[in-house]
Amino acid sequence: MHEIGTTIGLGHYLAVAAILFATGMFGVFLNRKNVIVILMSIELLLLAVNINMVAFSVELGDLVGQVFTLFILTVAAAEAAIGLAILVVFFRNRGSIAVDDIRGLKG
Amino acid sequence: MIETLVFYMFAITCVVSGMLVVTRRNPVHSVLFLILAFFNAGGLFVLAGAEFLAMLLVVVYVGAVAVLFMFVVMMLDVTIVEMKQGFLNYLPIGLLVVVIFATEVLAASYAWHMAPEAAANIQAPMTAAMGHNTSALGLLIYTKYAYLFQAAGLVLLVAMIGAIVLTHRRRKDSKKQVIADQLARTAKEAVVMKKVESGRGI
Repeated sequence: MHEIGTTIGLGHYLAVAAILFATGMFGVFLNRKNVIVILMSIELLLLAVNINMVAFSVELGDLVGQVFTLFILTVAAAEAAIGLAILVVFFRNRGSIAVDDIRGLKG
Repeated sequence: MIETLVFYMFAITCVVSGMLVVTRRNPVHSVLFLILAFFNAGGLFVLAGAEFLAMLLVVVYVGAVAVLFMFVVMMLDVTIVEMKQGFLNYLPIGLLVVVIFATEVLAASYAWHMAPEAAANIQAPMTAAMGHNTSALGLLIYTKYAYLFQAAGLVLLVAMIGAIVLTHRRRKDSKKQVIADQLARTAKEAVVMKKVESGRGI
């Protein structure tokens, strides 16, 4: 188990994670027509969080970060499964997955 | 030197494919770029020394989650033309929020210092005696964090049951076997013996 190298440090990993997280946020903002792409953006957000966790874990030499990453991965997989199931049911009922059409609770 | 180059290769590919995920109009392309992003994040994990998580990322995300996305995208069959409308309505405000957020977090990560007390709070220090990354993680999740591991399994179970309950439906137009009816049938009501005269039929 080696440390992050001398040239590439914690800051580099944090920067990648930050840009990836921002991209995911941008995806949630941008897509008003397709819920699937919003779910994919959420996957990107969770990936960025995972990169953060691993970078800190390796930097500190503490394995708990990686155990927690394992847990985040599980939750992300569960979230994707449930989200897509809800999406399939919604599409079956409405025939559309555009975000603008999802306003059944608006009153 | 080579490590730096490889890091930038993985990082740039990961970020660019992440951007393509959210900007492509065709959802199939989005899923494919999502897979690319996951692969490159796995490369970053290997570079950081988290080999087990890298493999897990490839197996779970690429092998299961991304394929699930692909299934749903193909199944829902949404036309690309209707996707294009209203694409730019939320672009300015979204860009503003995202650029502010990214600047703040990048500034924070550039100027990051570990607190001196941080080293005292380490819960599971990596030692050479634990062996490589996979065995070290195994030693942890089957002993100290066994309950967390069980909870992760429980989360997956709940997700599985939830997905089945949500999408399962009884179809009225499909014909299927009713086993009880088949078993309740006897030879007496199923077979009729008839005397047939030759040349006349029934």
